[in-house]
Amino acid sequence: MSDLKTSPNLQDPDGFYAELLAAHEGLTKAESDALNARLILLLANQIGEREKLSKALAAARDITPQGGAKS
Amino acid sequence: MSRIFERPLYPYERSPDQDAKAPVRHPVVVVGAGPVGLALAVDLALKDVPVLVLDDNDKVSHGSRAICFSKRTLEILDRLGCGQPLVEKGVTWNKGKVFFDERQVYEFNLLPEAGHRRPAFINLQQYHFEVGLLERLRELQAEGKPVEIRGRNRVTHVEKDASGARLTIETPDGPYDLEADWLIACDGAKSPVRSILGLDFHGRVFEDNFLIADVIMEAEFPTERWFWFDPPFNRGQSALLHKQPDGVWRIDLQLGWDIDREKEMREENVIPRLKAMLGEEAKFSLEWVSIYTFQCRRMERFAHGRVLFAGDSAHQVSPFGARGANSGIQDTDNLAWKLKLVLDGRAPESLIESYNRERVQAADENILNSTRSTDFITPKSEMSRIFRDAVLDLAESHAFARPLVNSGRLSVPAIHDASTLNTADALPGGPARTRPGAPAADAPSGNGWLLGKLGGGFTLLGVDAKVPEASEVKGVPLRGIALSAGEDASGALRERYLGTAKQAVYLLRPDQHVAGRWPSYDPSAIAAAIGTATGGTA
Ligand SMILES: Cc1cc2nc3c(=O)[nH]c(=O)nc-3n(C[C@H](O)[C@H](O)[C@H](O)COP(=O)(O)OP(=O)(O)OC[C@H]3O[C@@H](n4cnc5c(N)ncnc54)[C@H](O)[C@@H]3O)c2cc1C
Repeated sequence: MSDLKTSPNLQDPDGFYAELLAAHEGLTKAESDALNARLILLLANQIGEREKLSKALAAARDITPQGGAKS
Repeated sequence: MSRIFERPLYPYERSPDQDAKAPVRHPVVVVGAGPVGLALAVDLALKDVPVLVLDDNDKVSHGSRAICFSKRTLEILDRLGCGQPLVEKGVTWNKGKVFFDERQVYEFNLLPEAGHRRPAFINLQQYHFEVGLLERLRELQAEGKPVEIRGRNRVTHVEKDASGARLTIETPDGPYDLEADWLIACDGAKSPVRSILGLDFHGRVFEDNFLIADVIMEAEFPTERWFWFDPPFNRGQSALLHKQPDGVWRIDLQLGWDIDREKEMREENVIPRLKAMLGEEAKFSLEWVSIYTFQCRRMERFAHGRVLFAGDSAHQVSPFGARGANSGIQDTDNLAWKLKLVLDGRAPESLIESYNRERVQAADENILNSTRSTDFITPKSEMSRIFRDAVLDLAESHAFARPLVNSGRLSVPAIHDASTLNTADALPGGPARTRPGAPAADAPSGNGWLLGKLGGGFTLLGVDAKVPEASEVKGVPLRGIALSAGEDASGALRERYLGTAKQAVYLLRPDQHVAGRWPSYDPSAIAAAIGTATGGTA
């Protein structure tokens, strides 16, 4: 099972999003960057599966800022 | 008193070759008496292959350079007959600690497993290591083995052809020429032989400078590898502390790219840096100071007809991981027996191609590991530093992040899984660590150790299985050793060689790598496997 879930899977999406922003509140850019990095590492460990992580990295890279998924 | 690395240990002597009318031809000429050239010469001499070593000076490595010698290197030295004195001289260590800023974030033990003769590492000055090999070479010479070393013989020209090479050598008495059936270039990272032949050496340069200081002091630090990221005494950079014998400590301080090297090397600038680390009141003297930058690169091929490259001449890695000299010694371990078979006419010349393939594979592994370590230790972008620091911050309280901390992945031998010399694994339930291509794992055996019993030829190892004591396949002698798993109360032999199998027969190459394994002795399977292990590579 190494397919990356891209269909909705988050419980309480709005609540999670608000908590994500709240975690960054009052932080400098450097502190926020560090928090994001720690968060990515924690979540990566939670996923664990190497192949899934590669797919997540590819999916993240595949989005261009304005134009959605690259063809 | 002059220091050992300032004394001529193989002073120039005029050779009759210099007065010969026509260039004298030697079966094997080794260029360079560094750790790699010396190990190769000792190995070949033990095998009765006549070997001549040429070096452009007459001393061992000036200052220490390499200090960490790995378990596999020590096992190879044991086979060469000079492991014990070097281990006794060296400082044995297995543990390492990693600090971030002022906090310890991680601790590791490289050899948490018992049942090995040799530790994960010893620390020993490179000059002592070379002296040990040189003494062994002298010993073999005294026994009448066909080995010779010529100091202040600098190779200045090489011409290669299908039958070998012709070299021009500069000496205090002027130049002379020699011919070689096989020329092995162990002449270091700047390899003149490589340049003279116009061969490539590609890779990556790391834009960073490191100050190394070997200091003599009485200190209370434990015998461990200590590594700092961003310590207060070297802000934004890294630092390393290691113990060597004779009260010498290796200190390695990252300096960054834009520095004035000449200025940083001056004692008046080195001392304050060291005091910042060791304390104002620390009493020490400097043995050796140097600043180095490093690269990760290799030749595309290590074999060019009958000119072969081994050690730093063939591949170079960053020092993090101690993979330089250690991998060079493994090159010689891989090459010596193949040359012997080819020179004796027991194997086709194309067997040497397997040296190229196996050691290129190993070099790639070493380069990959040392590149990754270097990228972690010296982050080259803002984001890579952010991730690096995040890993270090998490590591203290979260175990999951510790395997990501990379202060050097220390040298382990390559497993030649894809080697054409292997016979497919035929031992169901056999442990992965001793699969074909892997180096034999040590284990207690009787009053001694398994590896000590293997010797330097092809070996048949029976574990709870019968094997003949001595046999011969196509002129290749084969020695048999039968052991019983029950004899080793620790269970290590069973765990390392049987796994879930009831019994096993292993065919080991002269470099102690597994060539094949089966549940029982089958002469035709063994004969075929020896054919495969000594065969040419198309
Ligand atoms: C700071 C530092 C720390 C290191 N730490 C470690 C470590 O802990 N563990 C480890 O395994 N490795 C370490 N290394 C790497 C290690 O020092 C090298 O990998 C090792 O010296 C390579 O050995 P070599 O015999 O291939 O080459 P070298 O040691 O460079 O020897 C080459 C020899 O060839 C001779 N020569 C050169 N040109 C000619 C010529 N034209 N004619 C005749 N002779 C010639 C030279 O005089 C020299 O004796 C470290 C390196 C550095 C710089």
